[in-house]
Amino acid sequence: MMKRYFQPEIETASRDRILEIQNEKIVRQVRHVYDNVAYYRNLMDQKGVRPEDIHGVQDIHLLPFLSKADLREAYPYGLLGTDLKNCVRIQSTSGTTGRRVVAFYTQADIDLWEDCCARAIVAAGGTEEDVCQVCYGYGLFTGGAGLNGGSHKVGCLTLPMSSGNTERQIQFMMDLKATILCCTPSYAAYIGESLEERGFKPEDNHLKAGIFGAEPWTEEMRQSIEKSLGIKAYDIYGLTETSGPGVAFECEEQKGMHINEDHFYVEIIDPETGEVLPDGEKGELVFTSLDKEAFPLLRYRTRDICVLNRTPCSCGRTHVRMSKPMGRSDDMLIIRGVNVFPSQIETVLLKEGYTPNYQIVVDRERHTDTFDIYVEFRPDQFTDLMSEIQRMEKSLEGAMRTMLGIGPKVHLVAPRSITRSEGKAVRVVDRRKLHD
Amino acid sequence: MAITQLSVFLMNQPGQLVSAVGKISETGANLRAMSIAEANDFGILRIIVSDEEQVCAALGSDFMVSRTQVVAARMDDRAGALYPILSALNEAQINIEYMYAFTASQASQAYVVLRVSDVSTAETVLHAHGIETLSDDSLKL
Repeated sequence: MMKRYFQPEIETASRDRILEIQNEKIVRQVRHVYDNVAYYRNLMDQKGVRPEDIHGVQDIHLLPFLSKADLREAYPYGLLGTDLKNCVRIQSTSGTTGRRVVAFYTQADIDLWEDCCARAIVAAGGTEEDVCQVCYGYGLFTGGAGLNGGSHKVGCLTLPMSSGNTERQIQFMMDLKATILCCTPSYAAYIGESLEERGFKPEDNHLKAGIFGAEPWTEEMRQSIEKSLGIKAYDIYGLTETSGPGVAFECEEQKGMHINEDHFYVEIIDPETGEVLPDGEKGELVFTSLDKEAFPLLRYRTRDICVLNRTPCSCGRTHVRMSKPMGRSDDMLIIRGVNVFPSQIETVLLKEGYTPNYQIVVDRERHTDTFDIYVEFRPDQFTDLMSEIQRMEKSLEGAMRTMLGIGPKVHLVAPRSITRSEGKAVRVVDRRKLHD
Repeated sequence: MAITQLSVFLMNQPGQLVSAVGKISETGANLRAMSIAEANDFGILRIIVSDEEQVCAALGSDFMVSRTQVVAARMDDRAGALYPILSALNEAQINIEYMYAFTASQASQAYVVLRVSDVSTAETVLHAHGIETLSDDSLKL
């Protein structure tokens, strides 16, 4: 019989048992953080909270929040929960020093992260019989490392493809009969189209499931990917701050992602007031890592807007489900799986001698994000030579790529030509319909 | 010598060119020559006018304008007239970025406007080959 859960005793544990695990872990974790992370100890002292005030998850609301600003402030070692000699790896997001997240891992941290990814793969039907093609980027990005590790734990034959080189992806997929595909949903859609262009029908490949995450996608996109590849498409959620993908994953119900509550305690808060909201209300997702040793973030504000669903799931898992993120409570954009802040673009423009008058236009063509930046010239930068203007655009594109880790198309435009609404320039035009 | 060309940045949108030309016409300046280079998002209108100061002032509030020194070499309006000009520049290893031509008010005469890597050498070379070039003053006539 097919194995339905990777760790059944925990994935299907009673709610009482889960609460018991969480209560035990949070007391230990708060003590660990207070003793080892001076930065968070200061926050707790300022708030007048002592580790002994935390008797269980019911007291978590007493603890201070952490945000990206704290990560920036504490960069790189300020939130480290253990000696560097105990750490075995880092993973990181793209972006500049200020925006880049560098997360540290002990071997135990990696083990629990890979367990979470393994749960996701088993939930998508993965067994040791499967051939799991991982085309998330390998390297600093958590996508490749997480799913690679999870696939090993399940015992799948792992194809560590990393991202890009679609020709090679398709060749390995067909020749080695890949059965599970892990990548961003936009890349899955692109692979689907590429297969069709080469004359393959959905039934020609051996894929049965896909595990897609790292960027927002819609229900329509799911249906289109499922049809073009002949698979069932599963969503996966995570962020570098908490470990990486696998914080939450979909089961065969495909109605929300089960949060791995034995490792991550979840809250939904009002992004304005910080107040914890009752279940079923829409708000900002906040995670407390219950086990992490090296990078143990408590009450980390993700800025993702979500709803939790605690109704029992027919798959048998008892862990709470989160909806797909419905938006952000900050101005971060996720473009082709990469986090982009408008302020990063402004930094590049000023550094390169341009005006900070710009507009980002994001759209989706054939399931792939397009990313254009319109930048107003300074009148003295204008030259009569077309080649010079094109050189300026290329050079700016290069500088953006270095900063963002993703290459936009840059368009230099006339001064005062960017749309202003009530005098304020419209910085971001997102034409993708990502949220229902 | 050399003459001043005005380059005007135009967005690739309906109404841009007509608006620029409208502003020029209000000044009463004569458009002696023009060309447009186009890219995906924008175009560059390059013009030679009889009164560059006036035109610059009229366009300046709405358009980006830059001034460039270019060489306007006179030639006969007949087959083969361009060749000696280009071969003279070629011998002197002067690179041409772009060029366009216009006919002169005198019969059977034309001018080729050359955007070159080195304006003063280009003029010296052309003059040595007996080729006349225009100056800003001569455009005002």
